[in-house]
Amino acid sequence: MPKLKVNDIEVEVEDGLTVLQACEKAGAEIPRFCYHEKLSIAGNCRMCLVEMEKSPKPIASCAMPAAEGMNIKTNTPFVEKARKGVMEFLLANHPLDCPVCDQGGECDLQDQSMFYGVDKSRFKENKRAVPEKHMGPLIKTQMTRCIHCTRCVRFATEVAGVSELGAIGRGEDMQITTYLEQSMQSELSANVIDLCPVGALTSKPYVFEARPWELKKTETVDVMDAVGSNVRVDTYDWEVKRVLPLINEDINEEWISDKTRYACDGLSNQRLDTPFIKYNGKFEKASWSEVFKIIKSKFENSSKDKVCGFVGDLTNMETGYIFKEFFDRTLNNNNYDSRSDNRFLDNSERENYIFNSSINGIEDADLIFLIGANPRYEATILNARIRKAFVNNNTKVISLNDSGDLTYPYKNLDGQTQTIKTIFEGSEEISKEIISAIKPMIIIGESLLKLNSAEHLFNLIKNFLKKNNKFTEDWNPLNILSCDAATVGNFDLGILNSEKNLLEELKSNKFEIVYLVGQDNLEFNKKDEFVIYQGSHGDKGAEIADIILPGSAYTEQDGYFTNLEGKIQKAYKASYPPGEAKEDWQIINELAEVMNNRKLFNDKEELESSMFNYIKLQQEKQTTENKVQSISDFMNEKLNIQIKDYYFSNVIARSSKTMIECNNSKLNIKSTGTEG
Amino acid sequence: MSLRRPAKNQPEIFEFSSSSMEEANKIVSKYPKGKQQSAVMALLYIAQKQNDNWIPLVAMKCIAKFLDMPYIKVYEVATFYTMYNLSPVGKYFVQVCTTTPCMIRGANKLVEACKEKISDKENELSNDKSCSWMEVECLGACVNAPMMQINDDYYEDLDKEKTVEIFDKILKGEDPKPGSYRGRLNTEPENNRKTLMDEKNA
Repeated sequence: MPKLKVNDIEVEVEDGLTVLQACEKAGAEIPRFCYHEKLSIAGNCRMCLVEMEKSPKPIASCAMPAAEGMNIKTNTPFVEKARKGVMEFLLANHPLDCPVCDQGGECDLQDQSMFYGVDKSRFKENKRAVPEKHMGPLIKTQMTRCIHCTRCVRFATEVAGVSELGAIGRGEDMQITTYLEQSMQSELSANVIDLCPVGALTSKPYVFEARPWELKKTETVDVMDAVGSNVRVDTYDWEVKRVLPLINEDINEEWISDKTRYACDGLSNQRLDTPFIKYNGKFEKASWSEVFKIIKSKFENSSKDKVCGFVGDLTNMETGYIFKEFFDRTLNNNNYDSRSDNRFLDNSERENYIFNSSINGIEDADLIFLIGANPRYEATILNARIRKAFVNNNTKVISLNDSGDLTYPYKNLDGQTQTIKTIFEGSEEISKEIISAIKPMIIIGESLLKLNSAEHLFNLIKNFLKKNNKFTEDWNPLNILSCDAATVGNFDLGILNSEKNLLEELKSNKFEIVYLVGQDNLEFNKKDEFVIYQGSHGDKGAEIADIILPGSAYTEQDGYFTNLEGKIQKAYKASYPPGEAKEDWQIINELAEVMNNRKLFNDKEELESSMFNYIKLQQEKQTTENKVQSISDFMNEKLNIQIKDYYFSNVIARSSKTMIECNNSKLNIKSTGTEG
Repeated sequence: MSLRRPAKNQPEIFEFSSSSMEEANKIVSKYPKGKQQSAVMALLYIAQKQNDNWIPLVAMKCIAKFLDMPYIKVYEVATFYTMYNLSPVGKYFVQVCTTTPCMIRGANKLVEACKEKISDKENELSNDKSCSWMEVECLGACVNAPMMQINDDYYEDLDKEKTVEIFDKILKGEDPKPGSYRGRLNTEPENNRKTLMDEKNA
């Protein structure tokens, strides 16, 4: 723990920290362009120069390790002069096009030149001009503005794990580019836009849309996958203009996936903005009271066990809870489920459906075994963590299937369930590796849980881990990788039907009324069912509906989401629902009022407290003792990882034009100009 | 400088010849396992020699695969160094030194000869595509100025006529004799003075 002085303030820092970090600890802010906490140190922008006693020259504080007895000065004329000089060089070739630059207002170079720069240029020569580069559908380049900090190159190589960006040429000719200007093949690519301290890499879909100071900023969580990345939603009037990451070291660190960032244009396409009723196969606009009346008469004219309901993949927990209450209290039946497939779930214990080792735990793990999961597409941010664990600790990764490039090397097995069986019966080389590992992680994907022998395999894995004492007080090796934002929350709320197989009954057309709340993934042949669809987008669910109730998307209502680790987080209202649309919980509450002349809850607060009570009771009810597990049959089958199309995994993404472009660029489809 | 960006017309395939392969393997074996990427510069040079003094993109890809590294990393190295030519330069690649000592001793006459015999412009192939020339900075043979380099050999103590003679030969496909063109051995003094003690010719 070296002690040093910064501006005469004594600080003690951990070993291995740099002078820059020591200065920050002492409260002295150091300007920087190339330095970034999450990336390796480059030391090439020279903006962080500080004065060190006994050193004749200023030192680059980002690259200098803090040492015992250093005496650092950050506010002397000497430092000021050094920074001024660096700034002058940086600005020598930087164009003065701030008024037409999208970075304007949140540009590090702009801000720092206000503090440290000189007001006029001595550079009389021609400025350097660099041709624009193609980097795919998300990143707009204006490489003349580039100051060669190489943050983007380091991010692509280190965090994203795709070495496609590089600096070619040298000196004045140096240019940042992808290899032969191909698109960046990464689901994290757009993070380079945030990293770029100048306007060289800006957001293509957001180009010339708004200025940062015009936007209303709401801190919320993301629902594009089950990770629950913390994001900031920027809105201009009603429209969500962009989504940016927020720092949460436990979840997404500083990154968000491209889908999280760019599916937001789907929030203004294909929206349901008024109630609709289907007459003779055509949808016609209606009023809320009309549709409620029709629904009421439908419910009254059918027996209660002929009604079923499904909750979707993006619904928040309040909606799920009030939906359940609506069925339990108003309709008096329990024909509801949140699963759209026949996946195995034993919800007697919470650990059976969450990611127990936690996302932070990935960095402590010494062996990661992926079974039926492709984290790159199912949980991109989590995959970045696995890569980080691989880079820092050389964590061994084994995957049952060959999942292609996961951005880190892994050993792949044959993808047969027989292999899982032999491994977890303890007779394989890998079994021993799991036993000898101190903190192994078994990551089970949804694809495994959908298999016929899922129950057998799941119990086999769990029992094997229990038997070998892998469950300790601070480590739980069992991890379920959920794909959708609402999954864990719905399971916590018990929106399940374990007595009946609702899906089979639905497929054999046993129901008269089907109530879908944001559920677009059901596959059944509609016959005479009366389908009520409540949701935000006109997608598969709305297509088969007889009545459409326009709901809200995640940015338009407050709502809780539980991420795959079981962390409960609140998404805040950034905008309001379009047209006649209402918040989802309100719709169900009002429908209940129409049916029974009594609201289910007086207000949102009552709903929330009731919901949390329920969750608390549920969790207390869970027994920790071992119950007798039924041994179900095993059959050997091929485990295929079914990943939904990454760029079209939910209604918002499916409505997004940017996601279509991303998909096309991935498949190398050239734009013809005639598509939608 | 323009040779540091890849040419428009690129060949479709590139493979190391057996002799290049042998050489490449020898260099790679010098590095510890897992650090074979360090051989990238040597391999680029081998590829350049094999391919008439220039490196096509397919060769970079080939090297990247050979060394198990990303394409962009090889591309970065190849575009950084001036001695890698990324556009065709001909079988005979003439580099004329025009830095001060050579310039004083008449390097511009050599450049004139290049313009007359090879091509009007730098980095442009001659009519038969076998030769190109470029001006370079000091090649470190100032004692024998003016001089030029053709592929691996230095041609020294030149003047315009001698340069033209050399070009005539290489354009016919012959290999002219390298070294001094005023009959000197290496960099020996011209007036027979062999040592500083030798006062006769001082």
